[in-house]
Amino acid sequence: MAAYNFRHALFCAIITLIISYPIIGFNLEAQGIKVTLTGADASTLTMVLLAAVIVFLFQLFRENILGALRSIPSPLPEAKKEPMAENRRAKIESWVLTGIVVLALFWPFFVSRGSVDLATLVLIYIMLALGLNVVVGLAGLLDLGYVAFYAVGAYTFALLSQYTGISFWLALPIGALLAALFGLVLGFPVLRLRGDYLAIVTLGFGEIIRILLNNWTTLTGGPNGIGGIPDPTLFGMEFGRRVKEEGNTSFHETFGIAYSGEHKVIFLYLIALVLAVFTALVIRRFMRMPVGRAWEALREDEIAARSLGLSRTAVKLSAFTIGAFFAGFAGTVFASKQGFISPESFVFLESAIILAIVVLGGMGSQIGVVLAAIAVTILPELAREFSEYRMLIFGAAMVLMMVWRPQGLMPMRRIHIELKKQE
Amino acid sequence: MQDLLYFSQQLINGLTIGSTYALIAIGYTMVYGIIGMINFAHGEIYMIGAYTALIAITGLAALGIAWLPLILIVALLCAMIVSSSMGWAVERVAYRPVRGRHRLIPLISAIGMSIFLQNYVHLAQGSRNIGFPALIDGGFNFGSGDGFQMSLSYMQITIFITTLICMTALSLFISRSRTGRACRAVSQDLGMASLLGIDTNRIISATFVIGAALAAVAGLLLGMYYGSVDPLFGFIAGLKAFTAAVLGGIGSIPGAMLGGLILGVAESMTSGYLSGEYKDVISFSLLILILLFKPTGLLGKPEVEKI
Repeated sequence: MAAYNFRHALFCAIITLIISYPIIGFNLEAQGIKVTLTGADASTLTMVLLAAVIVFLFQLFRENILGALRSIPSPLPEAKKEPMAENRRAKIESWVLTGIVVLALFWPFFVSRGSVDLATLVLIYIMLALGLNVVVGLAGLLDLGYVAFYAVGAYTFALLSQYTGISFWLALPIGALLAALFGLVLGFPVLRLRGDYLAIVTLGFGEIIRILLNNWTTLTGGPNGIGGIPDPTLFGMEFGRRVKEEGNTSFHETFGIAYSGEHKVIFLYLIALVLAVFTALVIRRFMRMPVGRAWEALREDEIAARSLGLSRTAVKLSAFTIGAFFAGFAGTVFASKQGFISPESFVFLESAIILAIVVLGGMGSQIGVVLAAIAVTILPELAREFSEYRMLIFGAAMVLMMVWRPQGLMPMRRIHIELKKQE
Repeated sequence: MQDLLYFSQQLINGLTIGSTYALIAIGYTMVYGIIGMINFAHGEIYMIGAYTALIAITGLAALGIAWLPLILIVALLCAMIVSSSMGWAVERVAYRPVRGRHRLIPLISAIGMSIFLQNYVHLAQGSRNIGFPALIDGGFNFGSGDGFQMSLSYMQITIFITTLICMTALSLFISRSRTGRACRAVSQDLGMASLLGIDTNRIISATFVIGAALAAVAGLLLGMYYGSVDPLFGFIAGLKAFTAAVLGGIGSIPGAMLGGLILGVAESMTSGYLSGEYKDVISFSLLILILLFKPTGLLGKPEVEKI
């Protein structure tokens, strides 16, 4: 056994060297059409060697290390505690959540413009992740082209404002409904496919929509995108220094305060906050409605659910459409926040980030998804020197999550009754 | 005559690209045939093969070696070794621990691995695309002097011959060797095969290694054919190869070859007669249509769902 362990450890260490040394140890540099090769510096090579040594030692003492890890008591002594009464917990939860929302309402007036802008982006991601959570987490349909619906929302607003001069408030429901319609139309044929085929087909749809946006130059402007998307207005009051449209008044003149660019940023943040809370509440309601139960039932056991009389197509389609609807919502807000959109914003990586948020937060769990959206968006901003490692860490985190904790950091909890153990 | 030449040119281009798709598609189809999961990171393994080959070629050039067959063979071997090791490691780290869980879990793990590998190469080698030297140039030209000239380059011939050799070797390996027989047994019934004393873990590792080695061959060939590589180079190619695998019937090795050729020809006809920008749309639409109307593909066996 010891000899086998040693051989195996040595093998793993050599594989580590093979897969890391050629790629990391040499740098290709293109000078014009000529390509030259330079060796990496000594510290990088030491890192590669160190990695191989660590793999060797870990594989050699694998049993001991894993045994030691298992014997460490869990830091959360949840299991021993008497579970809190369900309605009491719900009450505390709702108070805490209300408190956080109220805090979030007043917070932007005291911080810098940059952080409010970032917070708006976080809220957009929260909306997207909550929407995808319905599709992936609750209904168990892996949608890799979710960003397409986001693009539909954003482009609907951009195009309508360009051609008909529509306002944000009218575009918001139109964008969301159009995205939902897309979800319905695309979902109808594909939903009878099995899990992993569905994932690939949705990925294909996402790419097709992006390629169309990129190449349909006469309508969408192609890679140059669409600019000049109007800001939202508050009862016809604009936030710019001068009024752009006839009949509108400007916000700072109406209230007799000095013009400041911050008003607009804060206003957008507040809109995003209200919409995110709206998204969360609506989806929370859906989860407790029969249709929400049906999503989960179908995810858990399709055959059992169908034999109880659930229509597979209707249930899956409802999840797909609702998810698309909220992506359209988020898209409209995004278009308005940026003032400019191009197909660059709707690549597959964006879908992967949203999926990573849902997976990290815990599929199905709303609080987990919200926390993960905040963490995934804000952490790279806080640690700027690590920002180029962001996607590397995402990828690794997705794998580790699936291996160790597929239910996510904050798994979904349902109201349930546990039978007391018999004495 | 002109039209015929133009058509044959598209056909040759399509078959060239298609045969490399077939090489990549083998990896998808073998893994799917055995453990029923989509190895989403396979495109990245192909990309790593292309990078390794480029590193080896540049390194040999720097050492002053100029004999073409030696360069190609060394580059091919390096690419195959690194890619196979990568395939082995990916299976070990990301897929083996989640094997047998709910279908979505291995897929999400694979997507994570794909993102990880893309950024691994991105960080190590930069995001710009790097020129791949055209080691094999020249070719035959057909057609009259002033009209459209059809060309068949030596590179295209190399691609055909290499693919043919690889496919023949693979078919012989699968049908004749002991490991190949074990592979077929495991893909028919994993549980039964392990009861009969086949080390299934070893066979599953072997399929990943074989698939990765063939992807590395495709990486070297396509790198030379297109003339550049970048870290995102594997993603679209992987998706195309997956389409090819599904088109031919996922799980079936001859199907992957057939699917690759059909897809390559369909793509080059689209860019030859419609527009180059829409060739990706064509292949994705093809994928969607096949999955909707004939999910078993051309040569696949129907999957029976047992209750």
